[in-house]
Formats: sequence, structure tokens, C-alpha cells
Amino acid sequence: MQDPEAKGQRLIALFILGCLLFNYPILSLFNVAADAFGVPVLYLYIFSAWALLVGLMAYVVESRP
Amino acid sequence: MLQGYVIVLVAFAYLGLLFGIAYYADQRADAGRSVIDNPTIYALSLAVYATAWTFYGSVGRAASDGIGFLPIYLGPTLMIALWWLVMRKIIRISKASRITSLADFIASRYGKSALLGGLVTVIAVIGILPYISLQLKAISTSYAILLQYPEISMPASEAAGRHAIAADTAFWIAMILAAFTILFGTRHLDAAEHHEGMVAAIAFESLVKLLAFLAVGLFVTYDMFDGVGDIFSRARAQPDLAPLLAPLEGVGGGYASWVWMTILSMFAIMFLPRQFQVAVIENKNEQHLSKAIWLFPLYMLAINLFVLPIAFGGNLHFPTGTVDADTYVLTLPMAARQEGLALLVFIGGLSAATGMVIVETIALSTMVCNDLVMPVLLRLRKLRIAERRDLTSLLIGIRRGAIIGILLLGYLYFRLAGEAYALVSIGLVSFAAVAQFAPVLLGGIFWKRATRNGALAGLVAGFLVWSYTLLLPAVAQSGWLPIGLIEQGPLGIELLRPVELFGLAGLDHTTHAMIWSMIANTGAYMLVSLMGTQSADETRQAGLFVDVFRQTGEAGGARFWRGTASAPDLYDLLARFQGAAAADAALKEYARERGLRWPDKGFVADADFVHFVEVQLAGAIGAASARIMVGSVVKEEALTTEEVREILDEASQVVVYSHRLEQKSSELERATEELRAANERLKELDRLKDDFVSTVSHELRTPLTSIRAFSEILHDNPALPDADRNRFLGIIIKETERLTRLIHQVLDASRLESGRIEWHESLVDLGVVIEDSVAATSQLFRERDVQLEVRLPERVPKVVADLDRIVQVLVNLFSNAVKFVEPGRGRVEVSLTEEGESLRVDVRDNGLGISLKDQAIIFDKFRQAGDTLIGKPQGSGLGLHISRSIIEHFGGRMWVASRPGEGACFSFTLPRVREPALVWAA
Repeated sequence: MQDPEAKGQRLIALFILGCLLFNYPILSLFNVAADAFGVPVLYLYIFSAWALLVGLMAYVVESRP
Repeated sequence: MLQGYVIVLVAFAYLGLLFGIAYYADQRADAGRSVIDNPTIYALSLAVYATAWTFYGSVGRAASDGIGFLPIYLGPTLMIALWWLVMRKIIRISKASRITSLADFIASRYGKSALLGGLVTVIAVIGILPYISLQLKAISTSYAILLQYPEISMPASEAAGRHAIAADTAFWIAMILAAFTILFGTRHLDAAEHHEGMVAAIAFESLVKLLAFLAVGLFVTYDMFDGVGDIFSRARAQPDLAPLLAPLEGVGGGYASWVWMTILSMFAIMFLPRQFQVAVIENKNEQHLSKAIWLFPLYMLAINLFVLPIAFGGNLHFPTGTVDADTYVLTLPMAARQEGLALLVFIGGLSAATGMVIVETIALSTMVCNDLVMPVLLRLRKLRIAERRDLTSLLIGIRRGAIIGILLLGYLYFRLAGEAYALVSIGLVSFAAVAQFAPVLLGGIFWKRATRNGALAGLVAGFLVWSYTLLLPAVAQSGWLPIGLIEQGPLGIELLRPVELFGLAGLDHTTHAMIWSMIANTGAYMLVSLMGTQSADETRQAGLFVDVFRQTGEAGGARFWRGTASAPDLYDLLARFQGAAAADAALKEYARERGLRWPDKGFVADADFVHFVEVQLAGAIGAASARIMVGSVVKEEALTTEEVREILDEASQVVVYSHRLEQKSSELERATEELRAANERLKELDRLKDDFVSTVSHELRTPLTSIRAFSEILHDNPALPDADRNRFLGIIIKETERLTRLIHQVLDASRLESGRIEWHESLVDLGVVIEDSVAATSQLFRERDVQLEVRLPERVPKVVADLDRIVQVLVNLFSNAVKFVEPGRGRVEVSLTEEGESLRVDVRDNGLGISLKDQAIIFDKFRQAGDTLIGKPQGSGLGLHISRSIIEHFGGRMWVASRPGEGACFSFTLPRVREPALVWAA
């Protein structure tokens, strides 16, 4: 088990990253009327960023130092 | 054609299955082999967050708003990253104080205030009612639609009002759910408020609703349409749908709404009574949080994946306005004549709705019982409740009544107001209500200064603003209040219009309500806390909550108790609320852990014991009531706030001291370790010194003995032939030389060590030195018939060294090599090479070689390779030691590489002179 404090701080960093990814102004960059791979860019962006965030959280929580 | 009875039968069979799972899990829990003590089950039970609102309502919202529904799921994804910090603390506190509900938690934090607990309960019940009615609405609507299969027709919106109650499906659904909730949650009274069976059933339901939703999503996307790209490209071609595809500005309130929805759902995931129930109260092990932190967001990602395809698929498939978008999940499979899939969807929606209703009503009924009804009953002395023998049945009765009452109220709300709003809007009203708990709860676990009055003020202010800006418009919209109140403002004052308070316009209702209620709530909470003071109880609880990670064990609270109590009285109290068997078991366990005996005459009711009973009792009736009950049987001396503060300070000082002590002891350990190593080294040196003395005397005695023996022969036999006389004199001379050499070496070694040696440094050409040394030892090689091969480069840089000393080193290496090779077949190679910044000399022989063990020691004083007991020592054992010291003095290195039987290679390096100018100058 890794140091609980280090884990907590890494997760806080991810929280901040998530707040950036899902907010103005980063979000507005993808708020365009265009498709990528047949899917509107905004949808594709949000779901990929979401998946990325979940992946990073899994990595931080499950990795052994 | 799906007959009504088929649907009902399937629904009941499903509920029966759930009950079976719950029953099995309860059995396992009683046997001590919990099924829910598992991080995956914990994460799945958290997914009770996804209700009928998610299952049907997300699609409805997406069909009109595009991506506007997503913040409700992004918020929890963000929040859960902070759970390791926040939720772990809440869980730790709750376990230490046996918290039974959200209201209990807040009441405990602010001095076990019954008033605060009651207020939280009232807000929670009123706030959650719309949410429960939403589930009833979802089940009855989906049932009504499925009943029409294969026709697709919307139930007329006023139909619910026309039915008599007895003919209304929603009423029967409410009653059936009440019966099931009672079965799940209140079959017996658990001392710790754990409902293992319920959690197992909820986790199963989470799987069912996810699978059902994914099945519909896949079917709509890949069977009814040609994949995601097909749906979106056709939607883009339609002028009324295209704006939804990049719609952030199109959503009411734009980014402001997006941000506030995210914040709202961040609070909801923690403070909805059902989320608090599964995440905190039912948590078996705080380490389960780890897996939940990524598994739960993953669940939400998966269940949202097909929301947009289904929403746009529905919009494309049905002519605008004919089908309610909230029902697309069900009506799309029906339109495609997929009877089985439609039934699966119905079960999935049923799962989502029943899961929410069961957990929410259990959580609320605990709150109503422990924090609203019991404190009142216990205070009404006329009822003499506190004197009854067995109160367990009373507790269970209250809870069952509360469950039925809450579901009836939910149904009432459904009858009165439920038809006016879409699913999502109803849910958001509830979210905004529970968000009012965020300041007092989060503030309570991080801010010691927060007071009970501050919490009361914050909650009241927040709740009033919420009622005015969200509840009032909802009631007015359903026609129970004049709509003019909303449109023109009360008494026609526009500034006070509930949905545009003080002229704040351009936002959707929820965002607007959140902004004003959070300002009022947090403002009042902080202002009143900062202006007021804390009572002793509040100070103690604040310390216990905020510093929970610095407390040790459950006894943390016991330090604060002073007074007198009787053990039998306390036992009676516990038995009345928990039942005699449970109380006996708890006390036996308590006594066993402390090495005492119960029942026993000598059993003393000390502070520890009183605290133990109070915490046990809190698990059954909540902290506030437990405090009242324990207070009624013990005589407690009240502590002042100052005293409480002192105890808290003491505790934190003890923590600091013990931390320092730990540091000191680890420093001490390190020092001891160093001392031990130094001592070892000294012992070794001492041993070496002894060895040195004995070896030197041994080495000196050998030549001395032979000199003396031959001298005596010469002295006693004057008539010795000349030849013999000369031979003996030769031996004496040789032995004397050996003696001189040995003494020289010993002196050299000791001077090298003490640094008193004189060095004559000059620029030396190593090639020349090697040739000189070879010449000096050539006689030795010839005598033993050993071949010597010298390989020197044409020209080498010079080194700074003492010429005579380097010759000494080389001669020593050569004579060693000669000693250890076989005469006649021996071969010694000497080579000089340039190697980077230094010159390297190798002396290689083909002798016996040196074992690894010996390689490590031959450079030490008086250490020789091989067994000196058997073979005659072939030297003083000082040569290599001196050589290495010399080489190291000039900044070089000396080492040996060898394998037994394959000869040895002694090498050394010396740094070359860098500046060419110096070389030329020399």
C-alpha cells in the first residue's frame, strides 16, 4: 500500500485536471459544429477526456510505488 | 401483445429474485462471511446514484438539450477524486462514533444537537419527496406504455388526476415498494444500522440496469441505425436537430449552467441520504474506496455512452411532438417490435427506480426515527417511554411507519405536482435541497470553529431560499398557487420574483436557486459561527471530528467524561434499546477486550464504559438521543469549554510528543548501529595489530635463528674447511640481508601509514622505469628459469611519481610473480598501455592463481595467499600492502585479477601529466 497522503495529493491533482478539462475555456475549444470519425467533436472530446481521467485515477489508485 | 399480467408477473419475479439475493447475503453476514465486504460490490452499490432519472430522463434531456445532461455525471467523477481526502475522513469519523445517518452525522458534529438533527431530517424528507415521486412516475409511466404494446401512445397527462386512488397504478407501486423496503430494511434491528442484504441487492440491480441500458443502446445504434456516425450525420441534416450537436451556448444559461450543474452533482453524490447510506454507513472497510474511485466513474461513463445516440435516434424516428423523449428508451424497442428487449428495458428501469426508493426510504426512515421522533418521545416525560422494558419493537415500528409515510407523501407529490415537470427537472429540485448540507458538513470536518448556531442559521437560510426559488415555482406551476406570484412577483414586486430574484436573469431555475441559496447558506453559517462561541459539547465534538486521524481508537471520546455511573443501570439501558441478547454480547466483548469479566460484582463503570455504552446506543437511536438516555442514568459533572479545550490540546500535544519520541528513537537506533560498526572495526584493527606483532616476531626469528646457528658452528669449529666456512658465511650474509629488508619494509609500512615518509617527486617515464626494474631482477628470472616478456609502446606520457618507489613496486611485483610460477615453465608478461587519463601497467604470470577469497585480503598487512601453516611463507606479507599504498599516494589504483589455476594479473594505473607544457619543461 502506498503512502495515503501521496495518494490523496495525486488525486487532488487529478481533480484539478478534471476541472480544467470539463470547463470553460478548454471546453469551448471543442464546441464547434464539426464531426470527427462521424461523431460531433464536442461529444468525442468529452467522452475521451472522461475516459482518460478514469484511467489516470485507476493508475494513481492501483499503482504500487 | 404483452398482457398486463405478464408484465406484473415478471416484475414480481424480479423483485422476488432481489429479495432472495438480500436474504442470502443476510444469512452470509450472520455466518460471518460477508458477501459485501468487497470493493467491487461497494462500487456497484454506489451506482444507486443512477436512478430512473438516469435510465429514462437523461435521454429526455439530451433530446432537447444535447449534451446538457452530462454535468450530472461529470460532477461525481470529479468529486470522487477528492473522496480519498474527504470521504475517508467521514467514514473514519462515522465508524468511531457509530453514526447512523446524515442527520446523525451533522447533529453529532455540532454538540449532539437534537434540534439540528431534526432540522436536517425535515429538509432531507421535504427535499427528497419530489425525487421519490419521480421514481413512482417513471415506473407507472413505463408500465402504462408497455401495456399498450405494440401501440405507442403517451398516457394522457391529466389521466393520473382522474383515476380514483385505488385504481391508480402509482399508488399500488408505492405500497408494494413500501412492503419491500420494510422487508429489506427493517426485518430486525441491527445495532450498527448495517443492511448487508439490501446492499447486495442494490449492487445486483446496478448490474441489471447497466446491462439493460447497454442492450438498448447497442440495438438502437447498430440495428435500427447504421452505427453512431449514421445517427449523427442524419441528425446534422435536419435543421431542427443540427443546433443540438454543438450546443453549449444553446443550453439555458450556457457555461454558467454547466458549471453549477457540475457543482450541484458533486454535492449530490456525497449528501443524498441514499449515497451517504451506501458510501458511509454500509461501508465495511475504508480501503474499498480505492477501487470505487475509478470503478464508479467508469460505471457512469458506460451507462452514458449510448444516451446521445438513443436521444437522436428517437428524435429521428418519431415525428416531432408525438412521443415524450423521456420514454425513448422504452418506445424505440417497442417501435421495432422487440418484445423481449422492451421487457428488459422495463426491468432495467424498475431496477433503477426500486434501488433508489429502497435505499432512500431506509435512510430517511432511520433519520426520521432517530433524529426526529425519538428525541421528541424521550423528552415527553408523560409518555414514560424511557422507562419501558423493551424498546426495540417501538424502534422498528417507528421506522416501518416512517417508510410507509414517506412513500405515501411521495405519491401525494406525484398526484399533486408530478405531472408538470420532466423527470430531470424534478430530480434537480432534490439535488439542490441536499446541496444545502454541503457547507455544514464539509465545514464541520475541516473547520473547528464552526458552531451549532452557525449550522442552524446556514441550514435555515439555505432551505428558505431553496423553498422560495425552486419549490414555490414548482407548486405554482402545478396550479396550487396563483401563477402570478411567479410571473409578477409577490405583491407585484418584480425584484422579488422567485425565479429572477433581485433581477438575476438569464439563468435556468436550478442555477439561479443554487447561486442564491449557497450565498445565503454559507454566508449565514460562517457569519454566525464567527460571531458566536462554542459550548463544551461542541468544542469536544469539533475536536473529535476535525482531528479524527489523530485520535486513537473508539476511546477518543471517553477522555471527556467525568462523573459517576452504575454498570447495571447502563446495561439495562442498552438492553432496552438493543434487546437483552445483543446487549449481553456487546458487554461480554467489551469486557473480554479489556481482560475483565461481565457480569461481575467488581465491574466498574468508568469513563471508558460509559462512552462505550453511549456509542453502542448511538448505533441504535442516534447520537443526540443516546446522549439524552445515558444522561438520564448517570450523574455527569459538566465540563467547561476551557476544560474540554485543555483535554483536546493535551491530546494533540501527546500526538506531537509521541511523534518526536519516534523520531528520537529512530535517531538513537541509527547511532547505535554506527557505534556497533565502529566497534567491529576497532576489534578488527586490534586483532590485526596482534597478528602484526606475532608475524613480525616470527619473520624476524627465522633469519635470526639461522644466523645464530651458523655463527655458532663457525665459532665452535675453527678448523672448518674453507669451502664450508665460505658457504656458511654466505648464508649468514644472505639471512642478514633478508633481515635488513624486512626491517626496511616494516619501517616503510609504518611510515606510509603515519604519513612520515619522504617523497621525491619528479616526472617519470614509466617505460624507462620498467626497463630498469627488469634489469634489476633479471638475475632472479635466470636463476629460476622463468621467461620474461616486456611490451612497451614507443613513447608514453610521463607521470609524476617518486622514481625509487615505483621501482620498488615493480620489483615487488616481479619477484612475487617469479615466486609463484613453476620453474622452467613459468612465464611473466609485463605491458604498459595508455588508458584514458592514465597509464596502466600489467604484470601477468601463469602460476597457481589466487582464489577469490584471497584476492580480497592480499593487499592487507601480513596477509598472504595460500595456507601459511603448510607452505613456508614466501615473504613478509608487507610487499603488496606497501606497493598499493605507494600507488594510491600518486593518485593511482592497484588491483588483481585471477582465477585459481590460470595465473594472476596484477595491475596498477597512474594518472598521466595533463599539461604538455610541463612535460616539455621537464
